[in-house]
This record gives sequence, C-alpha cells and structure tokens, in this order.
Amino acid sequence: MLQRFVGLAAAGLASASVATCAFAQETERKGIPAPPGHVFKTIISGYEFRSKETRALQDDDLENPGFLAVERAADVWKKVEGTEGKSCMSCHGQAETSMKGVGAAMPKWDDKLKKPVNLEQRINICRTDHMKAEPWKFKSQELTDMTAFVRYQSHGMPVTVKSDGPMSPWFERGKAIYYTRFGQLDLACESCHERNNGKFMRADFLSQGQTNGFPTYRLRDQRLVPLHERFEGCMFDVRAEPFKPLSDEFLALELYVAWRGIGLPVETPAVRN
Amino acid sequence: MRCSLAAAVALCLSAAGVCAQEPAKTPIKLDIVNDALPKSLTGTPGNAEAGRKVFLTRTLGNCLACHQVTSLKSEEFHGEFGPSLDGVAGRYTEAQLRLIVADPKRIFTDTVMPAFFRNEGLSRVRPEFVGKSILTAAQVEDVIAFLKTLN
Ligand code: HEC
Ligand code: HEC
Repeated sequence: MLQRFVGLAAAGLASASVATCAFAQETERKGIPAPPGHVFKTIISGYEFRSKETRALQDDDLENPGFLAVERAADVWKKVEGTEGKSCMSCHGQAETSMKGVGAAMPKWDDKLKKPVNLEQRINICRTDHMKAEPWKFKSQELTDMTAFVRYQSHGMPVTVKSDGPMSPWFERGKAIYYTRFGQLDLACESCHERNNGKFMRADFLSQGQTNGFPTYRLRDQRLVPLHERFEGCMFDVRAEPFKPLSDEFLALELYVAWRGIGLPVETPAVRN
Repeated sequence: MRCSLAAAVALCLSAAGVCAQEPAKTPIKLDIVNDALPKSLTGTPGNAEAGRKVFLTRTLGNCLACHQVTSLKSEEFHGEFGPSLDGVAGRYTEAQLRLIVADPKRIFTDTVMPAFFRNEGLSRVRPEFVGKSILTAAQVEDVIAFLKTLN
C-alpha cells in the first residue's frame, strides 16, 4: 500500500518547479569540508544563502550596522560599574588580545557551575561575581552589544567547540532537541535546516541554520539579535512553545548547533534579512 | 484500522465544521479505510474557490509554502519543500487526498508536511493552539475541492 504512494510521490517530485529564483540558478555555495561523522559533506555559512546586497552590507565594516553595537560595547568595556569599582578592562586589559578566540569556542564548560555556559552567561558571571554589578537582561542592548564585541575579537577564526568529556551529555541533549519535532506544525530544526536547506519555503530561503554570525544584525528587526532569540523565533514559527533563553535546553542546543558549524569562520556581526 | 467517526468529528458535523478550531478536548479520530478517508469530514462537498484561499493563506493551509502549482503562478512565492501539485487529482483519489491533507504521516512516513486535521500527539504546542487542528473539517474539504481542480 505504502509502495504505491511512494511511487506516486516520486512522480510528483519529478515535475518541474515553478519557483525558479535567482538563488536556484546560483552555482555551488562555498563551504568547508565537514569532518568525518558529520551530517553534512560541506558546512556552509548562512552568509552564502543571502542576497548579494545583504552580503555586501556585511562585508563593509563602515556600512555594516552591526558595528555600531561593537563600537558602543568597546566604550562599555572600559566603563567602571558595580561596587568593586571595576570595568571589564580592569581584569582583562585590551579585548583585542585577551578576548581573541574566546567567542569562537563557546559554549564552554564551567567547572564551578558544573555546566556549559555561553558568552552571554559568561559576561553576566563577570558582572555579578567580579564587578558586583547587576547582570544585564537577556535581549538588552547592553548584553547583546557586549556579546557581539567579545565575539568580534574572534572574527575570522574557526568555530571550535568541545563536545566530549563532561560536555558529552549536553551535546547529546542538544542533538535530541535538534531532531525533535515541535509545535502544531510538527517540525524539527532538522526538517528545515538539514533536509531542506538550499530550498525556498515560500519567500524564505533556508540555510543550514549555522550560528557563526551571532549576534546577527537582522534587517527586518533593525537591531542585533542574539542566538537564543533566533532559536525562540524558529520554534514560535512552528507554533511551538519555545524554551526560555539561556535555559539548559537552549544551552545544549547552542552547543550542538555550534558543533554542526565546526570550522566555519566567526562572522560576528553578520547581517541577515 | 476501521473505527467509526469519534465524538469530536461527530460534533464538528453538527456545528458545520467550525468547531475544530475551538478548544477541542477530544482527539480527532479519522475513519481510515485502505489508506484513505472515503467520507467527507463535514458530510458535504467542499468549495474549490474557498479551498484556493485556504491553500494560499499563510495562517491557514499555507500549502504554497512548500508546494508549487502552475495554475497559481500569479502568486509570487512557491515553496520547494514538497513536490509540484500539478496533476495531483490524477495521481490520487479524493479519498486518498483527504488522508494526505488530514494526516500525511500515515502515508509518507517521516514527511515534513504537517497534519492539518489532527489535534493531539504533538510536542510543546503553543497554548493558543493546544487541542486544535490547523484547519477545520470544512477547510479541509474546501482544500480537497481545490486539489480536485489540479488535473
Ligand atoms: C512544510 C511543508 C509542507 C506543507 C506546508 C504542505 N506540504 Fe504537502 N507535501 C510536502 C512534502 C515534503 C510532500 C511529499 C511527501 C513526502 O514527504 O514524501 C508533500 C506531499 C503532498 C501531496 C502528495 C503529492 C504527490 O504528488 O504525491 C499532496 C496532495 C499535498 N502534499 C498537499 C498539500 C496541501 C493541500 C497542503 C496544505 C493544506 C500541503 N500539502 C502543505 C510538504 C508540505
Ligand atoms: C519551519 C522552518 C524552520 C524550522 C523548523 C527551524 N528554522 Fe531556523 N530558520 C528558519 C528560517 C526561514 C530562517 C532564516 C533563513 C535561514 O537562515 O535559514 C532560519 C534561521 C535560523 C538561524 C540563523 C542562521 C543564520 O545564518 O543567521 C539559526 C541559527 C536557526 N535558524 C536555527 C534553528 C534551530 C536550532 C531550530 C530548531 C529549534 C530551527 N532553526 C528550526 C526556519 C526554520
């Protein structure tokens, strides 16, 4: 019984597509070869799936609106806040040297908390523990700016993330979430970003859902968007109740999705539509 | 599987199919016969013109998000997740199309196509959609009527 349907479906697939857009005619998108055991043969940045105009905007340091955030945070880096009378710079000196590579390797294991922490959490740990300052709220301009600033110090460096040792159960948890269908539309991350990347979903052109550009300047929102907000958006769109930003679930997912993009150059602040 | 229409669907019949989007506590049971749904979900045939609208509307079927249809080429964006639906009326009977739209995973295992007439067995559904199917019985019938024009 099933056989018949499958055969017919194949016949349907063979018929020509009406949706021929600029992207469909574009030749191979550039990527990097994936390590053995990876789900993709080629790992491709979201950059390659965007229009020429969007890419040009990202590439131009003077025009890229994400750099305004980086510049704002460069000032905050030096600003004393909290009851300890310290700034980020008091402990870390020049970000250009001390923060180089840090943002490329997040999330990282925290021995004290016994869990992985991402860049936003690390920044807030510094604020509360070392500066005795208030933590910044997730999605606040301050936190997203600083996250972009620190990550920018790894610009062009390959994403590297540890997925073994104590990270291994977190990696597995993230992987399980990635392949779980959620919401009334019953779709998983895999449904869109693994199976259907390089295809249109109506006007949306699907990428591999890589994280190397975050926080990312979204033209639609006219501001930098942190990664967990993007995760929330994707879950919301399938009519699912998203996990909370900075929850264990999204931390695990961040770790796993970072691994899927291992070796991609950090593009923060990337520009996306 | 040969079960009769369950309470939820029966209720929908009396309410002219508008109740699927009400908080339906009762799971929808489909009256599947030979991998198809021979009976209309409303007891009456759908309307092709209304079905075309359901097919296109982003908050309803949004079928065009994944499928291409030549007769809808005046619409700007046709998705590529699924096959072209040109000639689909010739490939399937009406009863088969009804099951494909209502619950495609019964036919295409592991498909990304959502079940449009199912209201349970889903994970982390946003509160405003809990217990509701994406489309009402009447909307499914309208979509079926539209698909029958694709021959
Ligand atoms: C998220 C993507 C998606 C959406 C939305 C979607 N479909 Fe599909 N549909 C698919 C895929 C993929 C297939 C191919 C089956 C498979 O997965 O093997 C399919 C198959 C079909 C088929 C069988 C086609 C054939 O020739 O075998 C029909 C009919 C169909 N869909 C109708 C609809 C209708 C009507 C709607 C809206 C009410 C709709 N689809 C919405 C993805 C989708
Ligand atoms: C219904 C389809 C769909 C599902 C399911 C989905 N996404 Fe997305 N996602 C999109 C679209 C559309 C975009 C914007 C275009 C693009 O970059 O792919 C996007 C973008 C992204 C991006 C940004 C990529 C970039 O380069 O800026 C990330 C990261 C991402 N998704 C991760 C996820 C994760 C993790 C999940 C599962 C929790 C998920 N997505 C589920 C549709 C989806």
